[in-house]
Amino acid sequence: MSIEVRGVEKEFGGFRALDGVSLNIREGELVALLGPSGSGKTTLLRVIAGLEYATGGSVLFDGEDAGARHVRERRVGFVFQHYALFKHMTVFNNVAFGLRVKARATRPSPEEITSKVNALLNLVQVEQFGSRYPSQLSGGQRQRVALARALAIEPRVLLLDEPFGALDAKVRKELRRWLRGLHDRMGLTSVFVTHDQEEAMELSDRVAVMNRGRIEQVGSPTEVYDSPATPFVYEFLGNANRLPCRIEHGSARLGETVFTDATGLADGDGVAFVRPHDIEVTSDRLALSIPATVKQVLISGAVAKLELTMDPAPGMIEVELPRGAHWGAPFLAGQKVHWRARTARVFPASAGASPVAAPEVKAAG
Amino acid sequence: MGQATPRLLRPPPPTTEPFAVKWALIGTAVLFMLLFLVMPLAAVLSEAFSRGIGTYWAAITDPYTLKSVRLTLLVAAISVPLNVAFGMTAAWAIAKFEFVGKSVLITLIDLPFSVSPVIAGLIYVLMFGAQGWIGPWLIDHDIRIVFAVPGLIVATTFVTFPFVAREMIPLMQDQGTDEEEAAILLGASGWQTFWRVTLPNAKWALLYGVLLCNARAMGEFGAVAVVSGHVRGVTTTMPLQIEMLYNEYKFAASFAVASLLALLAVVTLVVKATLEWRFGEELAAVHRAPGGKV
Amino acid sequence: MFALRRPSVLPGFGPTLGFALFYLSLIVLIPLAGLFFKSAELGWEGFVRAVSTPRVLASFRLTFGAAFLAALLNAFVGFLVAWVLTRYRFPGRRVIDGLVDLPFALPTAVAGIALATLYAPNGWIGSILDKVGIKVAYTPAGVWVALVFISLPFVVRTIQPVLQDLEPEIEEASASLGARRWQTWLYVIIPVLLPAMITGFSLAFARALGEYGSVIFIAGNLPFRSEIVPLLIFVQLEQYNYAGAAAIATVMLMASFILLLIINVLQRWTARRHGAD
Repeated sequence: MSIEVRGVEKEFGGFRALDGVSLNIREGELVALLGPSGSGKTTLLRVIAGLEYATGGSVLFDGEDAGARHVRERRVGFVFQHYALFKHMTVFNNVAFGLRVKARATRPSPEEITSKVNALLNLVQVEQFGSRYPSQLSGGQRQRVALARALAIEPRVLLLDEPFGALDAKVRKELRRWLRGLHDRMGLTSVFVTHDQEEAMELSDRVAVMNRGRIEQVGSPTEVYDSPATPFVYEFLGNANRLPCRIEHGSARLGETVFTDATGLADGDGVAFVRPHDIEVTSDRLALSIPATVKQVLISGAVAKLELTMDPAPGMIEVELPRGAHWGAPFLAGQKVHWRARTARVFPASAGASPVAAPEVKAAG
Repeated sequence: MGQATPRLLRPPPPTTEPFAVKWALIGTAVLFMLLFLVMPLAAVLSEAFSRGIGTYWAAITDPYTLKSVRLTLLVAAISVPLNVAFGMTAAWAIAKFEFVGKSVLITLIDLPFSVSPVIAGLIYVLMFGAQGWIGPWLIDHDIRIVFAVPGLIVATTFVTFPFVAREMIPLMQDQGTDEEEAAILLGASGWQTFWRVTLPNAKWALLYGVLLCNARAMGEFGAVAVVSGHVRGVTTTMPLQIEMLYNEYKFAASFAVASLLALLAVVTLVVKATLEWRFGEELAAVHRAPGGKV
Repeated sequence: MFALRRPSVLPGFGPTLGFALFYLSLIVLIPLAGLFFKSAELGWEGFVRAVSTPRVLASFRLTFGAAFLAALLNAFVGFLVAWVLTRYRFPGRRVIDGLVDLPFALPTAVAGIALATLYAPNGWIGSILDKVGIKVAYTPAGVWVALVFISLPFVVRTIQPVLQDLEPEIEEASASLGARRWQTWLYVIIPVLLPAMITGFSLAFARALGEYGSVIFIAGNLPFRSEIVPLLIFVQLEQYNYAGAAAIATVMLMASFILLLIINVLQRWTARRHGAD
């Protein structure tokens, strides 16, 4: 089923959690809502589920206004961040709940419920834990049970709020792949919320990057990573050096040096973004290169990280070189070098509103 | 430095008191508890049996005493369920929804705890008594509330009003609304959600509240004393029966009835301690600061 | 009210809040309001006269004085008991812990006759005190003893959870920074516990002010000497002086509300400080 979000707004006591959000999700797609905390991503998910009422705009399921239906009848599968499993019920009864609360006329027979629940427990690979209580399960198992419970009502869409947020790193990776596989088999339209860009990139068909109640960019993971539409997206997805520069006659200058193209932008102050691995460093001067001094060299696994300070302009630049490339003639701290950007993106300074800095983003980045 | 301190001279751990101080503190606390709390309990039993088991048995099988037991049970059997119904509805509204004036409402629910029992009785006399607001109308229609059983029930309901609610509200607030939302999303109706999800999660808290509510309902003295009128065998609950016997210098009989209520108190404490020990995680009282303005 | 709430998918807000408000009004608010109306019948002058007769003033003095002293003693003893129960392990600790709630659970009439019997000149405790010339039963001291009994749990149960939350690490940190044990007490433990002690004191004081059942048997109830305010209200009522009873009750109720307010402010303040940590 397709989902269409049309100009949805949500206010909490004067605070605009969602500021006119529109998003189309195609049938069978797996979409990530990615953003820092407070960006409105969970609110958007809850509005789609019908758990929050939008102050404005509408949500359409297959072209039909979902607001006309009560949450009970929306047939939305929702996996809560902390799972919200019924603590006093066994795993089996948790999964069976949605079937048992159906009106008598539509309720499956006890035998059907048993076989259906068992099938779901099999699907999520917790078949041996049917008689356990949620408190007796590990985080990853609870997550799977929550998913099975949501799937039991044969939902038309599956919504997941930070599905891996409460899990440790190893389980998280494992479960991520498993969920992607499950989605590919079932083809259920799914939306999940995350603040972890790696998770969004790896798992989703498309990513909607959110900031301050708005969607900044929607696109495939490669699209948003390779051509970020806004400075926020640039900085939020992966590391980027942020360099204040001057735009003159369609090119960007750092100090006196023209260092990259800025075609189509009006003259004035600009901000250039360069990813650390898109930088070349040489000991000789090249075309478009800028002189700098190596401040520090850190070897981290397969990459060598260089910190350069630029001689004329203030500021520091982070560079990542493949370790192999660095090996032959290693750079040393204090060495005079030249660097240039293989690719860079320049925005006018007015668009360069810094993204909301959220602590979790730093941890994830 | 460098040299190991001999074992016996090792200073005490930095976060405890010296051995002697510690035991002096324990001793003082325990002595105080024995003197002030345990001794009265012992006195009740000792006095109750001071004239032998025969007198004791005669006292508690006295027809008026039996009537007072029945009346006490009746009063509790009506006022406790009323407060349970109130506690559950108030807890649902307060814990599961956000609305303006919520904290005022919570304060108002606790109000009866800060009203003297005598005043609790007084307000109903002022309301329903012969000189009261609707007293004349009640007399015209031959309805007796004050100095009759209904008065005992409303006064008891007043003094036990907050028990169930104040136990359930904080617990249900702590539990949040995720599970209820999950149930609704899975297609459950409001009733199904309440009975299958909310109530099972709060059942021990409910029981805890009922336990304290019942103990107070059966033991309430001041408020019922005011509205009772002390009609022997008609409006005397057990605490009032104790008072009447005591004032008639029938001490052994008075203490015999008192021993029944003391037993109720001890049973209440044991069940309460058991609940706290077994289901502490599911009780608000255990997490909350003041242990209850009972 | 409906417009003033956040919308939610959970049903039943209207009926449950409606019932709760209806029941609250019926049982608590309307009858309490009736009390104020009744005492208003006297007019300001009559009201003042009703609550300032020598007998009423004597009983106010006794009730507030005895309640204050009982709460004060319990602020210290309650602290001691709470400390011993949370910090030390000793045989019988669980039993003692359970017994703290006895005054909650024991009906006040039962406590009343038991205390009266214990402290009577021929009672277990009274006979000992009698030998050294101390009379407790049928004197203001008897009122105080009964109030100490019923208000002890308030202090203990207020301080206990705060003590449990006080991590030993804080004390270890204090010790590692060179503080002596008494300095740790003075600068670390007491400041954290003080708000709870004051809250417990106020709760105990409020409860003691209104107490009736456990006091009247031991007090002797002599006007001007050992007659407490709740009893005086009762006496006025039996003499059909309804307005007089209402006036005295109004004063007591105002005192309780002020205490309630203080307690609420204190608790909010502590909660905020704890939240900020």
